Amino acid sequence: MDRGLVIVGAGECGGRAALGLRDLGHKGAITLVGEERHPPYERPPLSKDALSGADEPGPKLVAETKVYEERQIRFIAGAQASAIDRKERMVWLADGTRLAYDKLLLTTGARPRRLAIPGAESDRCVYLRAFEEAMRLRHEFRPGRKIAIVGGGFIGLELAASATKRGAAVTVLEALPRILSRGVPGEIADIVAARHRAAGVELICGSGIAGLKGADGAIQVTLADGRSIGADLAVIGVGAVPETRLGEAAGLAIDNGIAVDERLATSDPDIFAAGDCCSFPLAIYGGRRVRLESWRNALDQGALAARNMLGAAEPISAVPWFWSDQFDLTLQVAGLADMGRHVVRRDIGDGGCIQFHLDDDGVLMAASGIAKGAAVARDIRVAEMLIARKARPDTVHLADPGHKLKSMLVEPR
Amino acid sequence: MANQWIEACRADDIEAEDVIRFDHGGRTYAIYRSPDDAFFATDGLCTHEEAHLADGLVMDNIIECPKHNGRFDYRTGEAKGAPVCVNLATYPVKVEAGKVMIQIAG
Repeated sequence: MDRGLVIVGAGECGGRAALGLRDLGHKGAITLVGEERHPPYERPPLSKDALSGADEPGPKLVAETKVYEERQIRFIAGAQASAIDRKERMVWLADGTRLAYDKLLLTTGARPRRLAIPGAESDRCVYLRAFEEAMRLRHEFRPGRKIAIVGGGFIGLELAASATKRGAAVTVLEALPRILSRGVPGEIADIVAARHRAAGVELICGSGIAGLKGADGAIQVTLADGRSIGADLAVIGVGAVPETRLGEAAGLAIDNGIAVDERLATSDPDIFAAGDCCSFPLAIYGGRRVRLESWRNALDQGALAARNMLGAAEPISAVPWFWSDQFDLTLQVAGLADMGRHVVRRDIGDGGCIQFHLDDDGVLMAASGIAKGAAVARDIRVAEMLIARKARPDTVHLADPGHKLKSMLVEPR
Repeated sequence: MANQWIEACRADDIEAEDVIRFDHGGRTYAIYRSPDDAFFATDGLCTHEEAHLADGLVMDNIIECPKHNGRFDYRTGEAKGAPVCVNLATYPVKVEAGKVMIQIAG
């Protein structure tokens, strides 16, 4: 190999891959291409601490700029990759730069799903993905402001909590009958909803958005049922779409993201994809193809892609894991709750609970927990290990808060 | 100021392969008991984002942060990989008459 390794997409995943290649002792050229002007930074704080913290923050970098220099990783900021020439194994940048590769990794991430309704192009209607967008929200979220948040998913609710903390009045608009209907059990969503209402957030569920109308620095949101909500700003959080355009134009297989195999290889063996932009078979669920938009997945797959670009041929073994912080609550989920057919509930006190999701054979498929602070963290972490082992835990023990979950890691089945 | 030994907890307050939180003088610490019954002490907050390590899971000689799974060897404070890259401060520990004592700046 002497043409070099190229990574397109400088988010958490791409950054971890570039650093990981050097950690693994790779001596050849590594080039990391990013559209933003910052080196890779962590996105989770953008809807949380970066908005609600006392001081205006900088982006929380995965590594300082000088680390890339010291480790001889060529980082090209503010650059758009425009095409891949698979035959010549070359990536073209929009400014005409050509980057030859032996192996290419696409970590192009996802972009916010746009609302395709009249008025959504108003400058009072905004999205969140990048650091600068978070800083604009930080400025807009202040006492006396009214903020309409379209979408009662994680981003929308985290933004609602952050805006409320900063003193703005918040209304969350969710088209489905309840918030967090994707991936979170109803009981846990109810706990989240109650916490938001207690903090003064208005939650309106069950009616889609019919239209938006911006005028005089304000925006009017009209619901399908005819209601109308006036706000200073509408923030749209209605999901993300994988950034597949580069891969698609190059003829790579696409299936709800750039389709990769269990080693993160695309349909071209010299091109890998990882993180939010790819869909992959999840071995713990019999090869079910999923695409995950989570920080842990970006981090894990970045590291795995680095190993496999160097020939490790190591399969994906991770259990999906994500968290959300809203007000004083932390929600953590290990596994995919929709794989479960039966629920065992553990009450952990102070309003907190964990739901264990089991299949018909009693195999633990997922665990969803919510509580103040980090009270669910240990048990969700243990659950993650049990899920990875395809364990069939004793349901009486699962339900008993006095039974230490960790002891199940050593119990015979 | 001279270093001083202070009582953090009783030895039997901590189960083997577990951790508890100890607050003193406006700071927070984490006190560990290893699977082979040795005691250790580190700063109580993760070096990645502010989270109490005592809420995390101890597996063998590793403490894992409850927020984002940053891992440290609690015997040495060494950060064991992403997302943590800054080591944890550690403190000398001794056990006397069933009491776990840690040495901190007076």
